[in-house]
Amino acid sequence: MTVESNQLHDALHVPRGKDGRAPDPLRVGGWMPMREYREDEAVDFVIVGTGAGGGTLACKLAEAGFSVIGMDAGAWWRPLEEFASDETHQDKLFWTDERICDGDNPLKLGSNNSGKSVGGSTVHFAMVSLRFRPEWFKCRTLLGYGADWPLDWREMWRYYGEVEQALKIAGPVTYPWGPKRPRYPYRAHEINAAGWVLAQACEAMGIAWTETPLATISAPRGRAHPCVYRGFCVTGCATNAKQSALVTWIPRAVTAGAEIRDLAMVGRIEVNDAGLATGVHYQREGQWRFQRARNVVVAGYAIETPRLLLNSATDRYPDGLANSSGLVGRNLMAQTNQGVYGVFDDEIRWYKGPPSLTLTEHWNYTDTGKDFFGGYAFMAQGPLPQAWVSTQAGNRGLWGEALLREMQQYNHQAGFKIVGETLPQERNRVTLADEKDQYGLPVARVTYSLCDNDKALVKHSIDFMSRGLDAIGARDIWAEEDDTCHLNGTARMGDDPATSVVNADCRSWDIRNLWICDGSVFPTVGGVNPSLTIQAIACRTGDRIRQLAALGEL
Amino acid sequence: MPDRYPGYDVLSKRNTASWNDASRQVIDARLAIVDSPEFFDERKWRTLRAICDRIVPQPAGRAVVPIAAMVDRKLADDHRDGYRDARLPPQREAWRRGLAALEAAAQARAGVAFHRLMTVAQDALLRDMQCGRLDGPEWDDMPADLFFRERVAHDILAAYYSHPVSWNEIGFGGPASPRGYVRMYFNRRDPWEAAEAKAGHEAAARDANENM
Ligand SMILES: Cc1cc2nc3c(=O)[nH]c(=O)nc-3n(C[C@H](O)[C@H](O)[C@H](O)COP(=O)(O)OP(=O)(O)OC[C@H]3O[C@@H](n4cnc5c(N)ncnc54)[C@H](O)[C@@H]3O)c2cc1C
Ligand code: SF4
Repeated sequence: MTVESNQLHDALHVPRGKDGRAPDPLRVGGWMPMREYREDEAVDFVIVGTGAGGGTLACKLAEAGFSVIGMDAGAWWRPLEEFASDETHQDKLFWTDERICDGDNPLKLGSNNSGKSVGGSTVHFAMVSLRFRPEWFKCRTLLGYGADWPLDWREMWRYYGEVEQALKIAGPVTYPWGPKRPRYPYRAHEINAAGWVLAQACEAMGIAWTETPLATISAPRGRAHPCVYRGFCVTGCATNAKQSALVTWIPRAVTAGAEIRDLAMVGRIEVNDAGLATGVHYQREGQWRFQRARNVVVAGYAIETPRLLLNSATDRYPDGLANSSGLVGRNLMAQTNQGVYGVFDDEIRWYKGPPSLTLTEHWNYTDTGKDFFGGYAFMAQGPLPQAWVSTQAGNRGLWGEALLREMQQYNHQAGFKIVGETLPQERNRVTLADEKDQYGLPVARVTYSLCDNDKALVKHSIDFMSRGLDAIGARDIWAEEDDTCHLNGTARMGDDPATSVVNADCRSWDIRNLWICDGSVFPTVGGVNPSLTIQAIACRTGDRIRQLAALGEL
Repeated sequence: MPDRYPGYDVLSKRNTASWNDASRQVIDARLAIVDSPEFFDERKWRTLRAICDRIVPQPAGRAVVPIAAMVDRKLADDHRDGYRDARLPPQREAWRRGLAALEAAAQARAGVAFHRLMTVAQDALLRDMQCGRLDGPEWDDMPADLFFRERVAHDILAAYYSHPVSWNEIGFGGPASPRGYVRMYFNRRDPWEAAEAKAGHEAAARDANENM
């Protein structure tokens, strides 16, 4: 970089998980001992990606006594000393390698949804930690759309509880929707003005709202002190209040004997003549290397996971690995993320605190009064200046004096955004482009188009949220009509090898020692942020692998 | 435009608990960006500067934010966003092509370089670009409206709103770590936040901002 200090970018160039030690993110300059495995000796599991799915599974498997290596293409950060309060600089957390987007609604990736570091996208996520509505696990049977999951909601309810405890989720005393759930481990955070605006709008519209269950601590935990409401969450938390995989699952995994290799980009999974995975080819410190493994888990996020499976094609598997169904890369679902905004006489100052301190799941749990399948939550917002100007310019086409005037209302703005369900469609997919990346690997082409149902949901949400803002006296209300957020799908789980890529245990149908454990396995997405569900599935997969091993079925 | 936060300077917090070392290093480096090109040639640099002046007309009597240089550095480093609309070439090529095409349009329309046009004529050309009304062989299939939205507006505005001067203008708190915020409710301002000028009380706001 010519313009910014190199020192703060060190982690992007020099691997840290090496020589028997790993960074301890909770201590300035700290290290912790880390076990190391040889490349020529097969470990029980190599996990590609250390985010919500991979980081959690690495911890569970290491704690179950398996030998585990987690590899991540990204850096191993030390938030306390390396995270600046700065949107531009913190770009270093995102997957900014080229990806090509097309379709009717070309997606925006990078800072919008894709992380690249040890801890994955949880390092910069907004910490909203929600459970699925139980019916969604059988939405084809019970609600008439999408595809059923091969999982039982009661079992998932237990795993949600495990993750909420592991992350000390701060949430409300009682949650207004769905079956009873245990109390959240930590008390809810204080609500900021932007959050109160949502509460008032919901009350005016006669629907329930609640404090958002968040993965940032509201009381001290070990060496981490509580959230200080600095508001830079989506650019990385410099105080470690945020319970990302980087400060939770990963240190636990390392303590339990896992090895994590940072700056390790996996380019291909090797499969032998018997049709079994034997390890991964990965690039680290400028060299292609090979790690032997008895099992390979892919947990690279809904774009990189299919890309790696497709890039690993062989003569025997010309369409990529685990792809006999032809579904690898298909059914990509990007949740819709439309917003409405208005201006208030009051000072809101929405840059203070985590961005979404309140939310409503009313339209996730209400099936009447809808002309579409699926649901949406909507939540309070707190965009930082660059994010806000990109919303203003990108959606309203403002520039010049008109834009500067509008930006001056920054401290008086409030608004809501949805996390909206989109339907699985086979035409929405990840394929390989001709262009190559810096490792010489074909980059992903991401094709996305909303269907009529998706558009009807968006319209419903914009109408409803606008009326909510209007009811509490907001001025200059406008809608952001074009945005999407979290990505899932592309390697769905199911009961039938013909219509799914993995089974309920995240094990691929085609290759018995190849597993997929991240948001890719979602058959549907629901109207809530996905990371709690991804982590719950990873916890379940860890337990299942332990059981299968005990039965001799690994 | 009225000064909504008179006397507020986010940099006055540089040596307080609101800024950690990392933030200081990053902002110092940004403030040190020299207003000359590393990536663009002289001609394209002049066009880019003229565009920046229209996308973000900066008020007189204030230090000028070197927006064009900030965009130039993004391209010099080829620091990408992580996605690209399939109809656009990679960012360096998009910028080179787009600037050349805008120059060609200025020449065709008025026979002079874009930066020599009156501001109204510049605005008209930019608006035509925004609406996709510019085309011709120089564009080589790159849609002008997409170039405007994904490169011109996106890169220029991201650069401006990464600069402390823009934060002063909108009353943003700027870096906040290790100290964050305490007063979360409506109309509650922490003493280390910008005070807004209310009609008739501008002096009080200035006083609060200058004694932060
Ligand atoms: C700004 C933002 C806000 C968000 N807010 C929320 C929120 O509030 N609540 C919520 O639930 N979700 C949120 N999300 C989404 C959430 O972070 C993701 O859905 C979740 O982290 C995905 O988990 P994953 O395991 O699929 O992938 P990730 O967590 O992204 O992890 C994938 C990892 O794999 C690595 N990888 C990929 N390919 C390779 C390869 N070939 N070799 C080596 N490593 C590889 C990547 O570097 C990455 O670190 C947010 C996301 C963003 C970007
Ligand atoms: S608001 Fe809390 S969680 Fe967000 S970055 Fe700040 S301390 Fe971390």
